[in-house]
Amino acid sequence: MFTYIVRRTLVSIPLLILISIILYVILSNAPGGGLGPYLQNPHITPADIARLKHNLGLDQPLPIRYVRWLWTVLHGDFGWSTSNSEPVLDAIASRIPPTLLLMGVSFVVSVAIGLAAGIFSAVRPYSFADYFITTFAFFGQSMPVFWFAIMLQLLLAVHGIPLPAGYQIKLPSAGISSDYSNFSDLFTGANIGDTASHLVMPVVVLSLLSLSLYSRFMRSSLLEVTKTDYVRTAKAKGLDNRTILFKHELKNALIPVVTVLALSLPGVIGGAVVTETIFSWPGAGRMFINALQQSDIALMMGYLLILAFFVVFSNLLADVLYAVLDPRVRYD
Amino acid sequence: MVLQGPEFDDSDTLTSKVTFWSRLRRHRMAIAGFVVLAVMAVSALLAPWISPYDPTAIDPRWTGEAIPPCFTNGSACLGHWLGVDEVGRDLLSRLLWGARISLMIGFVTVIVEVLIGATLGAVAGYYGGWIDWVIMRVTDVFLSIPLLPLLLVLTGVVVASSNKASLSLWVIVLIIGALSWTSVARLVRASFLSLREREFAEAARAVGNGDLRIIFRHLLPNAVAPIIVQATLDVAGVIVLESVLSFLGFGVQPPQASWGSMLANAEANVTVAWWAAVFPGLCILLTVLSINYIGDGLRDALDPNMK
Repeated sequence: MFTYIVRRTLVSIPLLILISIILYVILSNAPGGGLGPYLQNPHITPADIARLKHNLGLDQPLPIRYVRWLWTVLHGDFGWSTSNSEPVLDAIASRIPPTLLLMGVSFVVSVAIGLAAGIFSAVRPYSFADYFITTFAFFGQSMPVFWFAIMLQLLLAVHGIPLPAGYQIKLPSAGISSDYSNFSDLFTGANIGDTASHLVMPVVVLSLLSLSLYSRFMRSSLLEVTKTDYVRTAKAKGLDNRTILFKHELKNALIPVVTVLALSLPGVIGGAVVTETIFSWPGAGRMFINALQQSDIALMMGYLLILAFFVVFSNLLADVLYAVLDPRVRYD
Repeated sequence: MVLQGPEFDDSDTLTSKVTFWSRLRRHRMAIAGFVVLAVMAVSALLAPWISPYDPTAIDPRWTGEAIPPCFTNGSACLGHWLGVDEVGRDLLSRLLWGARISLMIGFVTVIVEVLIGATLGAVAGYYGGWIDWVIMRVTDVFLSIPLLPLLLVLTGVVVASSNKASLSLWVIVLIIGALSWTSVARLVRASFLSLREREFAEAARAVGNGDLRIIFRHLLPNAVAPIIVQATLDVAGVIVLESVLSFLGFGVQPPQASWGSMLANAEANVTVAWWAAVFPGLCILLTVLSINYIGDGLRDALDPNMK
């Protein structure tokens, strides 16, 4: 097992380098080539641009630029975010707490409801409740997330329910209205209620899709286990249904589900691009859209690379968890 | 003893084609999905003839006031069955023309995706060895970059570096297709790994068929079932993906409109003109739901043991 993890980790390194090369080539073709915001500024002359280009090494051939970029990244410097006027890592780090809050709550909600619904319908297959849950899951899976968000906003507006549709931070002092300010305020004292009320709508929107997926997965996994010989043996021994379900069936049925949950880790870190944008949630996904609109190449690059790292990591985590939970699985 | 039960219907005396249709017919939601999708597709095809207005023309009687659908207040709709959008264009006509674009992108993208995925998967699975290794590592790379952000970056680059209106639908089709072939490639490779060891493949080789002929005439037809299921479900996925791209402004550009880009404009006015936000989304939901049910039915009908 240990050698397996080491080998997979070693394989991930060239994989990540390859990913970074592809991303670098794509993004270096973006208009402005990293100087987009300066090109639009009338106070910056073409001579300044040429000087900036030379000083930043942007006049060098692509391979040299890539190697230099990789070198600084390996030293923990992802460059300067032009849309936030701060280092890329600082910009990303400041969006992680709100994203973790939003995605974490959605994750817990969708796992709790999704698994419960999946188990409930697998225990009574082809009953009315099962049909209801599977139909609901089909709808949830087919629902375009952004449209669901708009419909929720409409519903609340029509019925005059005072749930905030967008995120706005309240600053007690001064009149500065910025939604990217101090996030520790989110979790302190009087603001908790406000934060919670802002969470409701995006959490509902984000949970619908994932809880549908989880419930369908849980249901099919549990139904699969129900057909096995050892469950029949347990029934023949005269165990009651509750013991069979919790002690025998669920233990095995949850194994594939847990690995699927591990694969949703990158989403928890990366946030939700669409939902965060619609509800003006100050998370990493919305930051990415801002970066895209302002051709902030360094920030897009950092965001995508960190996300790719978590995808590779969670794939490894899923495989390892699978082997840990199921002793029949052996990697060599 | 008399044999009974559903297993017996699928006995060897029936050809696989007959069992396929009889199994599919039993899946009522899939049949309903076929009907809904067929209605959508036919009205999309007939849009130039059946749409009551020009989808890009502004009604000259429009005063800037919202014109709601006919079923809400009778005659005030001025003949616009589903009202007009936020700049006075007939919503029903726009939905019909939008269907052409949304459905076209969905289906054509999946054709691109299957062509790339099936070819790469077949080559990887048939030849094995280092060819397989290289193709699978490329697949790993594509699977490790989050799809939506990457799509946004790619279309963003194309939108910004070209004249905005010239981002043709084909560019969107090619970009999505070129990024989403990985699941098809993996499925085909997995089938080919076992198919190439079977006797009929051996026989085909023994009679002196070339590799290409063996791959496309003998092996690929046997790997079609999982491809069809995956491709069907992917049509739904692509339609949603395109609508998200267009909603965020990185997909279909005006004057063309898909269901997704119609929603982008309608969002801001949702409290004034709810119909312009409700109907395009309802079209997406109905289409995607139908396709998902069709995919589910096809999976059950083609191979009940398939997960």
